[in-house]
Amino acid sequence: MQKTGGQLVMLVAINGLLLVLGAIISGGTFLSLFNLQSMASQLPEIGLLAIGVMLAMCAGNGGIDLSGIALANLSGVLSAVIVSSFLSVSESETVFSLAFIFAAVSIGCAGGVINGLLISKLNITPILCTLGTQMAFMGLAVVVSGGKAVMVGSPALLSSIGNDMFLAVPISFLIFIIAAGLIAAALKFTPYGLWLMLMGTNPKAAVYAGFPRTGVLVATYAISGTLSGLAGVIIAARNVNVKFDYGSSYLLIAILIVVMAGVKPEGGYGRVVCVVLSAVALQLMSSLLNFGGLSNFVRDFAWGLLLLAFLAVGRYDLTGFLFPARGQPIPSVPIPHAPKQDN
Amino acid sequence: MSTSRIDELSESASAGRSFSLGELVRRRPETITFMLLVAICVIVAIINPAFLQPSTLIDIGRASVVMGLFALGVFIILAAGGIDVSFTAIAAFTMYSLTVLVLNHFPGMPMAVIMLVAIGGGALLGIINGLLVHHLNVPSLIVTIGTQYLFRGFLLSFIGTVWIMSLPPQMGAFGRMPLFQFESANGAIVTLPVYFLFLPLAAFVTWWILNRTLMGRAIFAVGGNANIASRLGYSLRTVHIFLFGYAGALAGLAGIIHVCANRQANPFDLVGTEINVIAAVVLGGARITGGTGTVLGTILGVLLIVVINSVLVMVGIPSTWQRLVVGSFILLAAAFFVTRQRKK
Repeated sequence: MQKTGGQLVMLVAINGLLLVLGAIISGGTFLSLFNLQSMASQLPEIGLLAIGVMLAMCAGNGGIDLSGIALANLSGVLSAVIVSSFLSVSESETVFSLAFIFAAVSIGCAGGVINGLLISKLNITPILCTLGTQMAFMGLAVVVSGGKAVMVGSPALLSSIGNDMFLAVPISFLIFIIAAGLIAAALKFTPYGLWLMLMGTNPKAAVYAGFPRTGVLVATYAISGTLSGLAGVIIAARNVNVKFDYGSSYLLIAILIVVMAGVKPEGGYGRVVCVVLSAVALQLMSSLLNFGGLSNFVRDFAWGLLLLAFLAVGRYDLTGFLFPARGQPIPSVPIPHAPKQDN
Repeated sequence: MSTSRIDELSESASAGRSFSLGELVRRRPETITFMLLVAICVIVAIINPAFLQPSTLIDIGRASVVMGLFALGVFIILAAGGIDVSFTAIAAFTMYSLTVLVLNHFPGMPMAVIMLVAIGGGALLGIINGLLVHHLNVPSLIVTIGTQYLFRGFLLSFIGTVWIMSLPPQMGAFGRMPLFQFESANGAIVTLPVYFLFLPLAAFVTWWILNRTLMGRAIFAVGGNANIASRLGYSLRTVHIFLFGYAGALAGLAGIIHVCANRQANPFDLVGTEINVIAAVVLGGARITGGTGTVLGTILGVLLIVVINSVLVMVGIPSTWQRLVVGSFILLAAAFFVTRQRKK
């Protein structure tokens, strides 16, 4: 268990370091309220998707959710098309916003349930299933929007989600933190969390122990889908328009965040707080690169490099090497590792 | 020997005379791909007879070269239980940097050398993949997503983003060189270019490696169960390096053919098509968990995707439906193969 604490300490340290570095490079403007707020409002979309990927990964057995951003775009596009077909923005802005949010989140949830059912009932490998649904979701978004951007407009409630502050904190960021908190609590205090992690550790044993495999898998992908729907709402709120190919690099970034957070790709371990912190770290780095005036392509390059570097950290346990202060009380007791059977 | 092979043998021994269609489909999943392909072609030909013109068929053949080369690389990795999404980035990297290199430094480089350099460069990048997958010991999907961004980011930020419209003359000439050509009914000259030959050639080499060499045995064994394969004495490291190196080499070749065929080098090309390629391989009957699949199935899968992509418009379905159709095909095929495998 020391290792999990190590990951948290390392992420906090990285965040602190990045803040200091940013302050030094920019001469203080990096830490200005405005910059912090703008960073916080950019974070939620990708953070929500990353939590979804984390849950799918924790389920083990090669679990991963590649359909996140496609589903987020689909829920934005489809919801905008459906809602604006029988409500107009000018009539009642609040009703429109509420209907839009409700429709988007339900579409996200429905998409997630589809993923979960395909994976648990039909036994399709998660990679293949979510690859297929990614394409299908994106395709559906193209079909309903005709390949064009769909105008959502900025009705009062929606635009305040996208742009306003509550106590100087962007509302979208608050939504993200609340969602993350709820999921963290669900993982920690409900049987679902225990089932999920144990199933990820050893799927076969979980079945013999009588865990509701189908229920857990469907719930996992449904939560992931709901988070995508929520991300879709925030994307729509921030951008006024929704389009099927928004955020094409989000898939990699979500996986990068999750790997950086120390979630095990083979399943069974992951902490929401680490995912949140690593999302924050990534946002800080991204803004720093922006401050440095580097192009998007350099950023892609850096993300790829970073992903591989963190995989190496996870593999060779550099955390323990970098933070020996945390000590290992009984180093001689080996932590039993389940043999990795499936890569 | 992979578990599936053993299944297959014992099945065929016990099945005896009771031959049925279901049995055939389960043992040779690519039959279903073939039937689907024929069905689609027949339907399209009925709706729009223009489909049967030789020019359409040659277009399909031409369009399947690059995708087919990619698919063979993905297939061989899939057979060993891995997955690769970085091959398009490798292809884009090799083709663009090589074009720049030839254009600026070695304008006289003969075409054969260019090809060899492309294959070598692709293989080198592939080997990086292989080493990372082996040593980091994480799912190859995650590693190759990382290298995809690494290669592409490197290409776009350090090598260039300029669209090269005028290729070195020898590359342009290679892209136009005809294998045979004839005049179609409406007077246009239809050409099957020489580079088409690379697809059957690569397919044959892949088939030979998988079915006639020890490496092929090792690949299917690792795909069946990597732990057991390594206890049997197969070196996982060698297998991983070979796999990804081979896939990288095919990607490099595909990249340079793509440039010659389109007569322009666009560094933003190719990346983004990897899902189509993986879809083709899966539709060809290769299981994504490894250990199964055939080269013939892969080629059929590629033809299926290329045909779907090109006939939607011919039968009057708007091209916006293409993704949805292919995505549904992936899910249907996956569900179909899984349920077939369970019925024992």
